[in-house]
Amino acid sequence: MDALLNKRIKQVLKGDQNAFADIVSLYQSRLYQVCYRMLGNKQEAEDITQEAFVRAYINLHTFDQKRKFSTWLYRIATNLCIDRIRKKKPDYYLDAEVAGTEGLNMYSQIATNEPLPVEQVEEMELQERVHYEISRLPEKYRMIIVLKYIEELSLQEISEIVDMPIGTVKTRLHRGREALRKQLKNL
Amino acid sequence: MGTCPEYIVEHMHNYLDGDISREHEQELKKHLQECSACQQHMHELSDTIAFVKSAAQVETPKNLEAMIMAQLPKPKTRFGVQKWLRQHPFLIAAAVFCLFMSAALFSHFNDDQQFSVTKQPNLVVDGQTVIVPKGEVVKGDIVVRNGDIVVEGEVDGNITVINGRYMASTAMVSGQIDEINESFEWLWYKVKTLVNDVFTLDTTIDDE
Repeated sequence: MDALLNKRIKQVLKGDQNAFADIVSLYQSRLYQVCYRMLGNKQEAEDITQEAFVRAYINLHTFDQKRKFSTWLYRIATNLCIDRIRKKKPDYYLDAEVAGTEGLNMYSQIATNEPLPVEQVEEMELQERVHYEISRLPEKYRMIIVLKYIEELSLQEISEIVDMPIGTVKTRLHRGREALRKQLKNL
Repeated sequence: MGTCPEYIVEHMHNYLDGDISREHEQELKKHLQECSACQQHMHELSDTIAFVKSAAQVETPKNLEAMIMAQLPKPKTRFGVQKWLRQHPFLIAAAVFCLFMSAALFSHFNDDQQFSVTKQPNLVVDGQTVIVPKGEVVKGDIVVRNGDIVVEGEVDGNITVINGRYMASTAMVSGQIDEINESFEWLWYKVKTLVNDVFTLDTTIDDE
């Protein structure tokens, strides 16, 4: 796969724009997952994923082919996510629609004791809860938690993506786990 | 749990990261067997991880790839030209040199409409006509610009007439006679003299 990827990168660098389509199809799903979990909603995730790929295309000549392409790509995407989050104001209101859901506000997030009618709905509810709990994490923990447990990357890779020493990544991961543990306990 | 040492929680996290020494791991296990609060804490952490990991992969929008490809900046022709220029610096340098050289030469040819002749003793100048009088011997080359030359005597050297005519009947000229009337010939002549000069220079150096 790496050989094919390097071939495609070289083709793009020579001006073959179509070769970039293969790179996109190889990584779009992974980048979109990260963006979705980081930003909390599908529209923004789509925007940022697109922007990340466009930036990667424009700056491809700066990519060092001896390094891992996915790390480089994740780094572009996570930086864009952080920028986007920082531009947004904190906007958690109970009656605000939950990001990534339709017609679901925070009131509906408050646990009820009513049994759910269908198992499928139960599954859906769990997914919404997971998403909500992740999106509630402070962004610096969220990033590490997402890269570690959604993308299942190694601490070494995460440290390269977020450009921080591995010790800092570990600390954030530990704090992120604790923060999430407390969130779940209160639910 | 308030009485438990803080490093136990740290051990838990290191254990979850798969980054714990054997001694610390044994220390942790021993403590967890004795302390139900810490056991609870450990369980909660494991559950937390399982909870996050249960996040299903969200479906990527179907048209995402097409959208991205449509947003890529179009490869511009200007960019292509620039790239080509950058890839052939020598060719560009040569082309620029030729351009300036020819421009200089042609402008020189056109501007220089004045009559002139190489200064040699015993040449007679009559209006725009240079005369080598009968019985005289001119040693050296003669270049006449924008004028004619009539050779009645002897010339020991080359004669070059630019934009003019060479007129002689029984003259003795030991060197070459060139008449140049066109821009192109003028250019060719320049190049030739340049090459000649270079070779002469070479031989002079060799001689020395």
